[in-house]
Amino acid sequence: MTKAKTLYEKIWDAHVVDQRDDGTALIYIDRHLVHEVTSPQAFEGLRKAGRKVRRPDLTLAVPDHNLPTTPRIDANGNKIPIADPQSAAQLEALEANAPAFGIKYIGASDAEQGIVHVIGPEQGFTLPGTTLVCGDSHTAAHGALGALAFGIGTSEVEHVLATQTLQLSRSKSMEIRVEGLLGPGISPKDLILHIIGVIGTAGGTGHVIEYRGEVFEQMSIEGRLTVSNMSIEAGARAGLIAPDEKTFAYLKGRPMAPKGADWDAAVDYWKTLPTDDGAQFDKSVTINAADVAPTVTWGTSPEDVVPVTGHVPAPESFADPSKQDAARKSLDYMGLSAGQAMGDVAVENIFIGSCTNSRIEDLRAAAQVLDGHKKADGVKWAIVVPGSGLVKAQAEAEGLDKIFTASGFEWREPGCSACLGMNPDKVPPGERCASTSNRNFVGRQGPGARTHLMSPAMAAAAAVTGKLTDVRELIG
Amino acid sequence: MKPVRKVEGRAIPFGQKNVDTDVIISAEWLKTISRDGLGKGAFESVRAKEGNVFDDPEYAGASVLIAGDNFGCGSSREHAAWALDDMGIKAIIAPSFSDIFSSNAFKNGLLSIALPQEAIDRLMEVAKTDPITIDMESMSVTTPFQDRFTFEMDPFRQQCLMDGLDEIDLTMAKSDAIEAHENRVDSAQAWHKPVAA
Ligand code: SF4
Repeated sequence: MTKAKTLYEKIWDAHVVDQRDDGTALIYIDRHLVHEVTSPQAFEGLRKAGRKVRRPDLTLAVPDHNLPTTPRIDANGNKIPIADPQSAAQLEALEANAPAFGIKYIGASDAEQGIVHVIGPEQGFTLPGTTLVCGDSHTAAHGALGALAFGIGTSEVEHVLATQTLQLSRSKSMEIRVEGLLGPGISPKDLILHIIGVIGTAGGTGHVIEYRGEVFEQMSIEGRLTVSNMSIEAGARAGLIAPDEKTFAYLKGRPMAPKGADWDAAVDYWKTLPTDDGAQFDKSVTINAADVAPTVTWGTSPEDVVPVTGHVPAPESFADPSKQDAARKSLDYMGLSAGQAMGDVAVENIFIGSCTNSRIEDLRAAAQVLDGHKKADGVKWAIVVPGSGLVKAQAEAEGLDKIFTASGFEWREPGCSACLGMNPDKVPPGERCASTSNRNFVGRQGPGARTHLMSPAMAAAAAVTGKLTDVRELIG
Repeated sequence: MKPVRKVEGRAIPFGQKNVDTDVIISAEWLKTISRDGLGKGAFESVRAKEGNVFDDPEYAGASVLIAGDNFGCGSSREHAAWALDDMGIKAIIAPSFSDIFSSNAFKNGLLSIALPQEAIDRLMEVAKTDPITIDMESMSVTTPFQDRFTFEMDPFRQQCLMDGLDEIDLTMAKSDAIEAHENRVDSAQAWHKPVAA
């Protein structure tokens, strides 16, 4: 009998081009997503060395990080230039590099444009059992479809462009087993925030996490993408969820997914991928789904989580002295004091978007909470930024945009937006933001900005009351 | 890449844990299309505070940075490694590093050296007054006070760093194996190719 293998081992083994004695291997990369921020230096490197892109057909480029989310086309159908000269130069670099190296490019004003991690699955570019990389750490998201997907730096982007491979050492495997199902009103975002709170931001370092348990079988692909996306916040390089009928149904008919007999052959292969019974993980953590409440962050690390019904913790409550110190600094930055009820924290800004939570289900969940309500007076700025042009069109077809604008939200063009402070969408210094993104680091949403991470439904609830709010009180 | 055999000099005793890439270089600085000049933007939020170690004249020209657990967590931005390099740092010593950061550091000839917390505590002390030395041949960190801490690194990385080898060249030398893999996949798994939309 052959050895029982994990999903990770199966994908790894199928991609070894060359095995070295020291345990590292040259791994073939099946899919490469390229965006404007981490690629200019890589293309420059290729040019200087006189190298070509080995497999332009396996590469897809799209701008997302620093594009403004205001309209991109004026009334006469002309492109509106980007005001910031540096952002404009990065966009121009990608616009020039993609055709020069023969790479398919989705432009800023194309209907399919969007955040790399939203359009990969949406276009059927991301497939189970493939290796996928992108110069962005949230590439982990694609693991939701059973692809081995991870973020890389610019030198590695250059390496993949030139060779279609990466020199890697095998990660350890970690199983996060969730027992039971989520309660009513509890979302995948709450689950992953809770998991990060339990294992910490270094809990998955050196590991690839496979999420297992019935809760993931029941979860939609959108929800799985939210969970796997934040594997990086748990320190892991990649997350994985076994492909199943839901995955196949999601991918079938997507533009870049296999068709006809190829499709059938692909599905047959994908069915062999799930972890075998008896396969061993290097580490295993069990989480009880019943413990997961609507969750928010209080500090400046994604592990600083607490149920929205809870209180800001006292720094002394942490065992580790350096965590106590970090907690003091966090509270100072966040303008919070120990013991304060999370439900009393007022927010001035709401951001619904990012590759964690900008897909159609996320927008539906937020719109459901907002329907018939207006944003509270204290909320000065509230924006919804769909993950892609296709998500935007779908939401508009369902009338969600009307719900958002009626409640006082701005309805924007797709992009990374206020997830990171490198485009015009920023949270003003000292102000708070209820955000559906993935990082609450110091200055992440703009210098001095105070971020509270949460689910789309919770961000919508905060918009309605002007405070962090248990969404279950609103949807009853 | 320049070969790195030895790093010798003063070290900045920063010591902070979970230093994320947004702290090393904030997003505002990522709009560049060049690798150079990012040192000015390094640790901006830390340097905004008076009395920070980075602007302490005692550590001017330091080539080593000492930090706490989980250094370089967060985004994949290689700008973090470029910024450290641009500010003259050649090695970072910490109990642990994020995977992406240490790989980015490596590609830029920047050493990321993992040592246990006790060793870090001792080096933080020494750094206040004296230089430290990192030797890649013996894989050790030493101080003028007879301290000697050995570290581990995968032999491939050690070799590349010491000889200043270009990784793309090394891989291109394997193009036969890469092509063989492609042919195998093309014939057995035709579905593998993205459909050109
Ligand atoms: S939405 Fe945020 S996390 Fe996602 S790719 Fe963009 S910047 Fe990165």
